[in-house]
Amino acid sequence: MAAEATAPAPRRSAGKRLADLFQGRPRLTVAALLAAPLGWLVIGYLGSLAVMLIASFWHLNELSGEIQQGFSFDNFNTLFTDDVYRTIAGRTVGVAAAVTVTDAILAFPIAFYMAKVAKPRMQALLVIAVLLPLWSSYLVKVGAWRLMLSEDGAINWALGPFGLHGPGYGTIAVWLVMSYIWLPYMIIPIYAGLERIPDSLFNASEDLGAKPGRTFRKVVMPLTFPAIVAGSIFTFSLTLGDYITPANVGDKQFIGNVVYSNFVSNLPLAAAITTIPIVVMVIYLLIARRLGAFEHV
Amino acid sequence: MRLSPLSKNLLRIGVGVTLAFIYIPLLVILLYSMNPAQTLSWPPESLTLEWFPKAIQDQAARDALLNSVKVGAAATALALVLGTLASLAVSRHKFFGRESITFLVLIPIALPGIVTGIALNATFTQVLDTKLTLFTVIVAHATFCIVIVFNNAAARLRRMSTTLEEASADLGATPWTTFRRVTLPNMRSSLVAGGLLAFALSFDEIVVTNFTIGAGDQTLPIYIFNTLFRPNQPGKVYAVAVIAILLSMIPVYLATRVTRGEAQTAAGAGAPAAAPPAV
Amino acid sequence: MKTPQSNPLRVLWLCVISLFAVLVVAGCGGSDDSDSGGSEVTEIGKTEGQLNLIAWAGYAEDGSTDKTVDWVSGFEKQTGCKVATKTASTSDEMVQLMRTGQYDGVSASGDASLRLIEGGDVQAIDMSILSNYADINPSLKDTDYNTVDGKNYGMPHGWGANVLLFNTDEVKPAPTSWASVFDPAEASQFSGKITAPDNPIYIADAAVYLKEHQPDLGIDDPYELDEDQFNAAVDLLKEQNKMIGEYWPDATKNISSYTNGDSVIGSSWQYQTSALEGAGEPVSSDLPTEGTTGWSDTWMLSSEAANPNCMLEWMNWMGSPETQAAVAEWFGEAPANLGACELTSDPKHCDTYHADDQKYYDQIAFWKTPVSDCGDDRGTECKTYDDWVQAWTEIKG
Repeated sequence: MAAEATAPAPRRSAGKRLADLFQGRPRLTVAALLAAPLGWLVIGYLGSLAVMLIASFWHLNELSGEIQQGFSFDNFNTLFTDDVYRTIAGRTVGVAAAVTVTDAILAFPIAFYMAKVAKPRMQALLVIAVLLPLWSSYLVKVGAWRLMLSEDGAINWALGPFGLHGPGYGTIAVWLVMSYIWLPYMIIPIYAGLERIPDSLFNASEDLGAKPGRTFRKVVMPLTFPAIVAGSIFTFSLTLGDYITPANVGDKQFIGNVVYSNFVSNLPLAAAITTIPIVVMVIYLLIARRLGAFEHV
Repeated sequence: MRLSPLSKNLLRIGVGVTLAFIYIPLLVILLYSMNPAQTLSWPPESLTLEWFPKAIQDQAARDALLNSVKVGAAATALALVLGTLASLAVSRHKFFGRESITFLVLIPIALPGIVTGIALNATFTQVLDTKLTLFTVIVAHATFCIVIVFNNAAARLRRMSTTLEEASADLGATPWTTFRRVTLPNMRSSLVAGGLLAFALSFDEIVVTNFTIGAGDQTLPIYIFNTLFRPNQPGKVYAVAVIAILLSMIPVYLATRVTRGEAQTAAGAGAPAAAPPAV
Repeated sequence: MKTPQSNPLRVLWLCVISLFAVLVVAGCGGSDDSDSGGSEVTEIGKTEGQLNLIAWAGYAEDGSTDKTVDWVSGFEKQTGCKVATKTASTSDEMVQLMRTGQYDGVSASGDASLRLIEGGDVQAIDMSILSNYADINPSLKDTDYNTVDGKNYGMPHGWGANVLLFNTDEVKPAPTSWASVFDPAEASQFSGKITAPDNPIYIADAAVYLKEHQPDLGIDDPYELDEDQFNAAVDLLKEQNKMIGEYWPDATKNISSYTNGDSVIGSSWQYQTSALEGAGEPVSSDLPTEGTTGWSDTWMLSSEAANPNCMLEWMNWMGSPETQAAVAEWFGEAPANLGACELTSDPKHCDTYHADDQKYYDQIAFWKTPVSDCGDDRGTECKTYDDWVQAWTEIKG
């Protein structure tokens, strides 16, 4: 309208003025976006880790058992000189590796089938079938396995007629139960990774004369490998720190168990022990990133 | 890919074996939930449905369930905000330290839960001198849920071209308006998927929760932890678990519907983007 | 063109790093100032309506385990204090929970009570304000685990011995010695089905065994072990570990390991024995000839109790003859208030548990915290609880 055409331009609202502040200033934008998450993660989380790691240099008052501050390497000394910690760390890492390999082997066929062979409806059903167990409580699964592995439990009952006996409680049981519980976390990333491989690659490989086996080795595996590594981050780290499964179906201690039992009576030592899984996982993550797994997580 | 009938059948057998491995223990859980005995023996001498009404009537279980929902919702909300902010920064801008952000966001979930639990417990009780409450649990859960939202959102944003956003800016929209009307609607499915997964993760989390929850509070996993190994009414706790699985079919169904047709995001959705419960 | 100084991203990083540093420094300096429990409590005030307890399994029954076993409801009705109980399975756990300051009181055994007193986590009480204290068995008053510098720290609850629990179908004849779990000659027949408490204090049980079977070690008090005695006990336990099926971390797991057939013999409490017998399991328990360790528990008031008056009322309630009779029979222990002996449904209960038998009481090696001061002419070379905890990790492997 004529009147408006000659009126001065309306004042920009506060919101628009704020927006102008960010206009053309990408760094400020990024800073504003990152302030909250970064603050939360670095101050809140890494800060907490740092606090705990500092505690690992403290020790306990002899009589009351209270934490005394005062710098000392005692706890780390204990970790290095006492054989049992090396045994426990070795056992835990070994089982974590075994669980990872087992799950990769168990996951691949079903993931491949879901991604490349199954019809869409079957695919959807299988996705639900694989996701559903994730919602059943971890604790109840461990509890059920504990009962199944017991002397009078389901496994011995099933194997009895064949004259066989189940593994009972022990490290084998821990490997078995953990492989069971973390399996879906390996299936999904592999499935996702396989899905991303265009069918045209398979056709091309065939056209070039490769038999399915060769295609698998030379085309599928290299392309899926990062996804497998992504899945392994979880099977590995979950096994590395778990104390509930070893406590219920195992007979020897894992890293999580010694941390937990020391948390109750000797926090500095518990904190010192946590450096083991932290170091292991940071290295693992760095390697995984190198292998391209972060795209598939 | 053309597979010989033999390979296809072998594959089918492999799938069958894996599915059997996954579901047989779940069937055992179901059977235990119907075992009336005071001590759970095998095989169950009789079957009963008595535990289910008992489970539903158990006030402690109901309170715990409600707490889990509260904590899950709040943690998911926080994770959605923080994860979206971070993913926007990472996928839309280049800056020093961008790769480290992905690493940083992943750490709370990649480190074992006992490490996270003890660290946060030490901070809350020793440094900040606060009481442990459901609030501290929410803070803890949000921390490792950020990565799930982040991964889903970042993956989506990477695939989304910036032309629409640029056009919006050219038309004079503020960044906030652009986000609200262009970016957000397009990433909505990834946020829903991420949010559902984050909720699932928080819902079943036990280890970190154990270290950050107050004396009198209980989430569902804590309730299960306290009652599972006390052979009081053993079948009841299994009934609670079965009910939880049945209830969970809803969000699982929702998740698959929301991501239907978006193969990549389905991957992102399913991608446990690390939904490990007891990390 | 932005000057480097005004780069907002750099500013952000700097802010974050410095806040991080602040948090960390706060963590360094922020550790607890433990004032030693404050002064003695001299009166009971108005009750607060809520009570948060830490207790052993079976100590605070409210009818949920067994409808007829309930002394919590009566307490709640009388005082208006609603009771929430956290069941703990070891003294370590109890100490750690008490340190969080979120509980009002605890049923502390002798190996926790001194740590709590030393750490300032519990308060001294003028026991005259608790009417039932007068009737408590005098042997349990002013002991070295509940009284320090003449100040009393709690209401005695009761005491008992650790028993040898065995499956009567698998273990014949009934064992009379701890050798059936320690000596490979006698124990290996049960290899893989032996159980033991998952508790560092169990080292004392090994010491009790060695006191009789290896007398040249000169073990007297199983909690005051010097280097040689300690190493002998630890070695014995490492040998035992090879035959152990599983260690039990709490009463419930202990019970289920017998019902599931995973364990047939091992150290346990009367509580588990009664529970298994009540469920019709073929078990029995006895006290081996070498003697045994035991526990004597005291209800203690937290120095950070939010509901101190409710806790004081609870302590008095637990000392009354009626409650004492109910608990002692349910858990399977000797009551602290001998007036309970007339009220137990089994008139022979007190006799069975030697409640009034001073000689028997003196023979039990009650749990107490191992400290470096041996209390005799050896000086301060005895192993501390810390050493015991570390050794326990080694033993379990």
